[in-house]
Amino acid sequence: MNLALRDIRHNLGRFLLTCLGLSLLLGVVMSMIGIYRGLVADALGIARAPAAQIWVVEAKSRGPFAEASRIPGDTREAIARIAGVADSGSVTYQSVEASFRDRPLRLYVIGFEPGRPGGPRLLTEGRPITQARFEMIADARGGLSIGDVVTMGRSRFHVVGTTTGQVASGGDPVVYVTLKDSQRLQFDLTPSAQRREQARGASGGSSDIVNAVVATLIPNASTGLVADTIRRWKHLNALSQEEQETILTRSVVEMARRQIGLFTSLLLAVSAVIIALIIYTLTIDKLREIATLKLIGAPDRVIIGLIVQQALAMGVIGFGFGLALILTIKDRFPRRVVIEPSDVGVLALVILAVCILASGLGVRLALKVDPAKALGG
Amino acid sequence: MPKPLVSVRNVSKHFGEGEARVDALVDVSLDVMAGEVVGLKGPSGSGKTTLLNVIGCILEPSAGQLVLNDEVVFDRKWLTRDLRRMRLERIGFIFQAHNLLPFLSVVENVALVLRLAGQSEQAATARADELLTYLEVSHRRKAMPAQLSGGEAQRVAIARALANQPRVILADEPTAALDSERARIVMDLLRRVAVENEASIITVTHDEKIFSRFDRLVSLRDGRIDA
Repeated sequence: MNLALRDIRHNLGRFLLTCLGLSLLLGVVMSMIGIYRGLVADALGIARAPAAQIWVVEAKSRGPFAEASRIPGDTREAIARIAGVADSGSVTYQSVEASFRDRPLRLYVIGFEPGRPGGPRLLTEGRPITQARFEMIADARGGLSIGDVVTMGRSRFHVVGTTTGQVASGGDPVVYVTLKDSQRLQFDLTPSAQRREQARGASGGSSDIVNAVVATLIPNASTGLVADTIRRWKHLNALSQEEQETILTRSVVEMARRQIGLFTSLLLAVSAVIIALIIYTLTIDKLREIATLKLIGAPDRVIIGLIVQQALAMGVIGFGFGLALILTIKDRFPRRVVIEPSDVGVLALVILAVCILASGLGVRLALKVDPAKALGG
Repeated sequence: MPKPLVSVRNVSKHFGEGEARVDALVDVSLDVMAGEVVGLKGPSGSGKTTLLNVIGCILEPSAGQLVLNDEVVFDRKWLTRDLRRMRLERIGFIFQAHNLLPFLSVVENVALVLRLAGQSEQAATARADELLTYLEVSHRRKAMPAQLSGGEAQRVAIARALANQPRVILADEPTAALDSERARIVMDLLRRVAVENEASIITVTHDEKIFSRFDRLVSLRDGRIDA
């Protein structure tokens, strides 16, 4: 005869309401972990999209994501000629406030050379960019679909293909345009500014600047050797894909990781306090029954079992509801929420431990109850 | 000469020390024989419940000796290690407010003490049903305590007290919440239990209507037994 289960059944409505409240709290904990995982996944998604093995950036820079990096547009030709390099492509990265249906739309614009590394890996719909100008491939997260027209700078771009899961670490959805378009977008002046520059005798300078060159290597080529060769040019730096990912996870999203980590820890502490208070209150409500149990001879393990099992049931049901809730609504979050099975497993163990610890307060109270209380004397 | 089932010898109990000392029981001696139904009466604060708690091994006396069923349980200190186990196996308790566990059905409330004593679910339920039939409440076996009348609840509480066939039954004002007719039925039931089970029944009561139902009335005043 399981007393905890019988007591839960007796006060089922109140118990389920308590579990519901707890599940909302645990849902927030899970969503915070999911948001952090999403942040990392987004950041890595952008870095992994070109399927590069080497990132060539400006000397003394850890760009293009962690720092600014500007290198000449002809760097790609030089890189392509290095022994061990299979293919290479120039890329640019910039955040743009575009206009779509007369509403502002923040986008993360990646410029690439069609047919070379740096473009989108897989399209979910539509076709690749085939024209030299004014076509774009947009991520579904931005709410754009094939045939939509987006104004960026002074140009109008037609969406010809779509991708999924391509979001910058800042949360802006990614769009791909040709390198030429992205350079125009980044460096071209407005006509009035151009006239002013000409009037003061400025040449205007070259706009053939890119943020990085990504390269793939031939089989069995050494990434380290190729990177060392590139670093011999004093104006360039070379990073392997692993180094680029480390920079992203350890540097770019580090602050967010610590912020979310601290907030998650606080939420877990709040959950522990709330579980402890709920169990304590439930125990107070049962003091007379506990005194009766002691008086009729129930051993302490029966009384401890009653309290701990209820705490565990509350944790398990609250966690289950919370997980179901977050899995149901995770795609409605503005940022990507990634729920990893390993995170769910670890959090489940943490919640179980929290429940056992939190029930300690109720157990302590129950063990101190005088059985004479049952007699009312 | 038969030995008493319950023997309280020169038991005293005080709370606090010095000026704050309160003597709840002073040199109390009481023997209760098998089959005897004894009433403890007296004004509030006279020591009735304290004496019941001492006999029930809930409260440690300050001095004296307590013998239950030929076993010296207390002699200046507890001599039995597991008092809770002893209460479970040898003493039955009946409360003023029946104290049935609200989250268990009638049959589960009675079977609980048997389960705690180590009986299987099946054997405990069978014995609980037998007791409920004996006390004429078997038709309410699946009901929850909140659905019972005062008389039904008290009969279930008596069934629970009898489950482990204890030889000592302690009752704390079992008829306080009942009308005269139901109080009479409960007292008749306790007498029947005492006779049929050869048990000693000690009942704290204020209820003058049932004074005549006891074999013996022990009056307490200021922690002492009135002569």
